[in-house]
Amino acid sequence: MELDNATLPQAPSNGNGSSAVLANLEDLQKLKESEIVSQECFKHRIFVCMGTACQSSQSDLVLSEFASTIKAAGLSDTCVVTPGGCQGNCAQAPLVSVQPQDTLYQNVKPSDVSLILANLDKEPVQSIKCDQESSFFSRQMRVVTEYRGLVNPERIGDYIAVGGYSALFKVLNNLSPDQVIQQVRKSGLRGRGGAGYPTGLKWSTVAKSAGSQKYIVCNADEGDPGAFMNRSVLEDYPFRVLEGMTIAAYAIGATKGYVYVRAEYPLAVKRVEHALRQAQHHGLLGLHIGNSSFQLDLEVRLGAGAFVCGEETALISSIEGGRGLPCPRPPYPAQSGLWGCPTLINNVETYANIPPIMSNGADWYAAIGTEKNRGTKTFALSGRIKNTGLIEIPLGTSLREVVFDIGGGVPGGNSFKAVQTGGPAGGCIPESMLDTPIDYESLQSLGSFMGSGGMIVMDDTSCMVDVAKFFMQFCATESCGKCVPCRVGTVHMHTILDKITKGQATLADLAQLESLCDVVKNTSLCGLGQGAPNPVLSTLKYFRGEYLEHIVNGLCPAGVCAPKNQRLRQAK
Amino acid sequence: MQKQFNRQFSQTTLPPSDDKRWRLVTATMKRHGFQPSALIETLHTVQQSFGYLDKPAMTFVAKSLTVPLSKAYAVATFYNLFRLKPQGEHNCVVCLGTACYIKGAAKILQAIEDYSGIKPLQTSTDGKISLSTARCLGACGIAPAGVFDEKVVGNLTPESAKEQVQKWS
Repeated sequence: MELDNATLPQAPSNGNGSSAVLANLEDLQKLKESEIVSQECFKHRIFVCMGTACQSSQSDLVLSEFASTIKAAGLSDTCVVTPGGCQGNCAQAPLVSVQPQDTLYQNVKPSDVSLILANLDKEPVQSIKCDQESSFFSRQMRVVTEYRGLVNPERIGDYIAVGGYSALFKVLNNLSPDQVIQQVRKSGLRGRGGAGYPTGLKWSTVAKSAGSQKYIVCNADEGDPGAFMNRSVLEDYPFRVLEGMTIAAYAIGATKGYVYVRAEYPLAVKRVEHALRQAQHHGLLGLHIGNSSFQLDLEVRLGAGAFVCGEETALISSIEGGRGLPCPRPPYPAQSGLWGCPTLINNVETYANIPPIMSNGADWYAAIGTEKNRGTKTFALSGRIKNTGLIEIPLGTSLREVVFDIGGGVPGGNSFKAVQTGGPAGGCIPESMLDTPIDYESLQSLGSFMGSGGMIVMDDTSCMVDVAKFFMQFCATESCGKCVPCRVGTVHMHTILDKITKGQATLADLAQLESLCDVVKNTSLCGLGQGAPNPVLSTLKYFRGEYLEHIVNGLCPAGVCAPKNQRLRQAK
Repeated sequence: MQKQFNRQFSQTTLPPSDDKRWRLVTATMKRHGFQPSALIETLHTVQQSFGYLDKPAMTFVAKSLTVPLSKAYAVATFYNLFRLKPQGEHNCVVCLGTACYIKGAAKILQAIEDYSGIKPLQTSTDGKISLSTARCLGACGIAPAGVFDEKVVGNLTPESAKEQVQKWS
C-alpha cells in the first residue's frame, strides 16, 4: 500500500489498548511468536474434542476431569488441557489428542484420564490408543481440516500460532484485488456448496458489476439431511472462514457481509459470533484492516429452519427479513443480490479453502485432484458404515475407496446396497458404480449430485422405495410453494410412492410417477424442485426390480414396508 | 428520511406489557436501526425470551419495524423454527435426517409418541413435554440422535429414548 501510515487514522481498539490491533505483518508475527513461546512452555498439550458427537459422548466430563486431575497432580506447569475440534472419526467418540507426541486416544472415559496423564512421558496407553496409521486416516488429504482439531476454536491466538491470518496480510501487502481473483481462477477452485460453479469466475463477475455498495455472504445454511461438514468447519475453524471471507471481500470490493447460519447449529453460531468479536478487537475486521483503506463489517444472520434458504436467491430474501422464496435467475446475485446490489455468495468450505490457496499458491492447490476438479472436498460419512465421521479427500478418489477403505465397509455382516450423495436432490449409487471417481461431472452422470457433501451408506436392510419416499416427503414439506410443479408435483409423487409401499399401486401409477419426475425436474423454478425427482429417478434406474416387486408381487424385499415374505396389503 | 421516520414511529409503539423481557426485543430492533430487514432476528429474540410468538408480540414487532402484520405472520409461519403456541416445560426433538432415518429414527419417534401420548408439534396436556422433529441435527456420526432439553443424545434406541423422556415425569 502506497498510503502513508502516519496519515491514516488508527483503527478503533475497543477501548482495550491499541496493542490488540494487528496493523501489519510485523504485529502478526510478534503475536504468533509470543503464542508459540507460551505454547512451548508446556511439555504436553492435551486436546479434548468438543464436537457434537464427542460432547454427546460426555467429552465435557473428560475435559473437566483432565483439568481437575492436572491441578490435583501438580502438573499445571508442564501440562495444559484445551477444548479442541473434530478429529474426524466420530464413531470412536470421545477423542483426546496429546501433542506434540501426536497420540490419539479413542472412547475415552473420565476414568481413563489418570492413566493417560501417568503415561504422558512413557508409551501411550495401548488399550484406548487410536491407530492413526489406519486407512481411515492415511487415505485422507487434509486442506480445509489441516489443523485436525488441534486449535482452540475460541482463541484467535491459537489460530494465529498455526499461521492464521498470514494469508490475509500477504494479500493486503502484495496483491491487487485483480491478482487475488487471478489466483483463485488459477487454483481451479469450484463452489463447494454442490453446484461446482468456478469460484474465480463468480468473483470476477461480482468485481466487474457496477455499484458502489457490494455485499459478501457466507452460506452456512447446511440444510441437507446427513451433511455436517459445514457445521464442523464453522465450529472448529471459524477464524479461517472469516479470513477467507475477508480476502474475498477485498478482491470483489465488498464492505458489508453476512454469515447466514442455520439456527439448528447453536454451537456454530456461538463460535462465529465469538470469532467476529475477536477479529474486530484485533483490527482484522472493521475499518482500516491491516492499516489500509480496506474495510469490512460482518454480521451473523440466523436461519429459521427452512431448507429452501440454502438456495441463493431464497437466502437473500431471508437476509432481507422476508420469507425465503427463490426468484428466477438471471439476474444472478452477482449482478443484483441483496437490496439489488452485487452480492457474492459462497459456501463455508469454499471460503475456508481461500487462505491455504493464498498462502501456498494457486499451483499447489491445482496440483491436487483431477483436471477439472481441483483440490479436496470434505464429506460426512454416515448411515450403515463402520467409521462414521468427517473426512476430507482429494477429488477424483473413487466411491469404493471412501466406502470400504476409509469408511471400513458395512458392519454387522450385512451387505452394501447403495450410497446416497447430494442430499434430497441427489441419488442412490449402487455397488456396480462404486468405481466412479468422486467429482462434479461423474456423480451427475450417475444421476446423483455432489451436493454439499453428505454420504449416507445403506445396506440390505434399507428399502429403496421407502428411501425415495422419505426424500420426497422431505421435499414436499420443504417446498416453499411459489411454483406449481414443485408444490403440487412433489405431493403427487409422494402419494404414488406411498401407494407403492402399501402395495396399492399399479404399473400405470409407476408410469405416471416417471412422467411427473420429468415434468417437475424440467419446469421447477429452483434447485429444490429441479432436484426433488433425483432420488426417485436414480432408484428407478438402479433398483427398478424393487419397485416391481412391490407393485407386481406385493412384497418388500428388504422387509421395511412389510415383514419379509409377507404381502404388503396384509401387513396392516 | 426513512430511518428517521422509523425511529419516530417506533417510539410511539409501546410493548404489549411492562414485562422486562420486551427490553431485549426492543434492544434487538434498535441494534438494527428498526430496519424492516430485522424482522427475522427480532422474532428470534421474541421466541428466545417468551418461548413462542403470539399475536400481540407479532403486532408490536410489525409496528415497530414498519412492516405489515401480514408479513410478520407470513414469516412466522413460513419458517419451521418459529412456534405460535406456548411450549411445554421440557422439549424433545427427534432427528429425522437421512442417516437417522436409515438407522431407525421412525421407531425412536414411535416409542416417544407411545409413551407421551402426543404427536410431533404437540404439547402434553399437563404442559410437561413438547415433541418435535428436526430435519437434521448434523449429528449424523452418532445417528439416530435427538435433543432432550438442549442436550444432544446419540446412538438412541427406542428404550433409551423412552428413558430420557421418563426422567421428566
